[in-house]
Amino acid sequence: MRNLAYTAIAIAVGLVVLVGYFLQIELLVNLRLVLLEWATLLVAVALLVGVINLLSVHWRKSTSDNSNRVNSIALIVAMVVTLGVAGFFGPTHPYSLWIFNYIQIPIEGSLMAILAVVLIYAGVRLLRRKPNLLSIVFIATAVVILLMTGPLFGIDIPGLAELRIWIGKVPAVAGARGILLGVSLGIVAAGLRILIGADRPYGGN
Amino acid sequence: MNSLDLLGLIFVGIFFGLMITSAVLLRQREGLILREISAFARLQRAIGLAVEAGSRLHISLGRGNLLSTQSGIGYVGLSILGRIARSTSISDRPPIATSGEGTLGILSQDTQRDAAKNLGVEFDPVRGRITGLSPYSYSAGTLSLIEEEDVGANMLIGSFGSEVGLITEAAERSESMTLGGTDNLSGQAVLFASAQEPLIGEETYAGGAYLGVGPMHIASLYAQDILRWVLIGLIVIGAIIKLLGSL
Repeated sequence: MRNLAYTAIAIAVGLVVLVGYFLQIELLVNLRLVLLEWATLLVAVALLVGVINLLSVHWRKSTSDNSNRVNSIALIVAMVVTLGVAGFFGPTHPYSLWIFNYIQIPIEGSLMAILAVVLIYAGVRLLRRKPNLLSIVFIATAVVILLMTGPLFGIDIPGLAELRIWIGKVPAVAGARGILLGVSLGIVAAGLRILIGADRPYGGN
Repeated sequence: MNSLDLLGLIFVGIFFGLMITSAVLLRQREGLILREISAFARLQRAIGLAVEAGSRLHISLGRGNLLSTQSGIGYVGLSILGRIARSTSISDRPPIATSGEGTLGILSQDTQRDAAKNLGVEFDPVRGRITGLSPYSYSAGTLSLIEEEDVGANMLIGSFGSEVGLITEAAERSESMTLGGTDNLSGQAVLFASAQEPLIGEETYAGGAYLGVGPMHIASLYAQDILRWVLIGLIVIGAIIKLLGSL
């Protein structure tokens, strides 16, 4: 009975939001806006739940016999200090900004740098794992774009700049458009399945 | 209502009609054959192995906000999570889901709780984890989980950017299988290079149909295929008309 109520609410709200998007009937448009505001509030609350979930998982790990418990303790300390500073002084106070500029950004920057190395390694591994034409074209394209994006010691290879522009304008756009069309159709299908109650991520499947 | 809104409404109406028609027609047909996607065949083997060998399956749902267009891929990930949870929750090491967004985290727990309840087994909320709330913190949290939990196979179905490369690298190092699909173009490029079984474009959205989530997933796959061919036809006709016009 409870599952039936969930499904009925999801279908009704989904229909109001969808129809309110296409038909400019005042009552429907206003109802749609109210429902979207509620959804935004719920997402904000879910973010808070997410933080609590993160904290509880790492609390459990830090109190267990886990070999990586030091990482969990570091996460909990960092979270408590950041929440304390930003909560007490405000998010735009110099102390909060110091944490953001001198801890968060350098750590994420380091991960980005690691990612660059990981991607080069992944490219090499791709050729070993799938040595086919598609992989070769993929790697060759990446190399051409990389070569022409940065300065090449002042050397100008004739035709490479034009090739890069052509790749960016023709095959890359065509491929991206094809992929995005598939993705868009997939999104519509996923939305409609929820709208008719065939998929129930809120429980009761 | 302007003409664009009308066109959108008609498109959604046609899509819905095709889905329902396909569902009705499919009910009368038996022995349905879907195009083979090696990634899903390999995943089904990995699910079987996980139950037998006691290794864990990891489903990464990404960071898709459920109020944006990224919600579509998030829902696909949740459907697949539900299907896998129903198949493997009775094993010694039930699947674990990670996400980088609050609502997805809650829904991943709900989906697994539902599957556990149906199977009459206990559910541990830690199986639906939020590992980080920014792209890189999410990746960092997930890669440590892959090492710690002795994961046998990873399914990355959700909204990821290029940071997904860190997760696939961790999976490669732990010698576990990786299947990945996303709605993000840079994420797709990274997954193509780094995942063992990448899913391109609409293949990701076909996961439910291939894993037997429900008949409506197959019906919607048919509707997608029909509409894709219609769109391809319209694009080709438009290009020919433009070409003829410029002559």
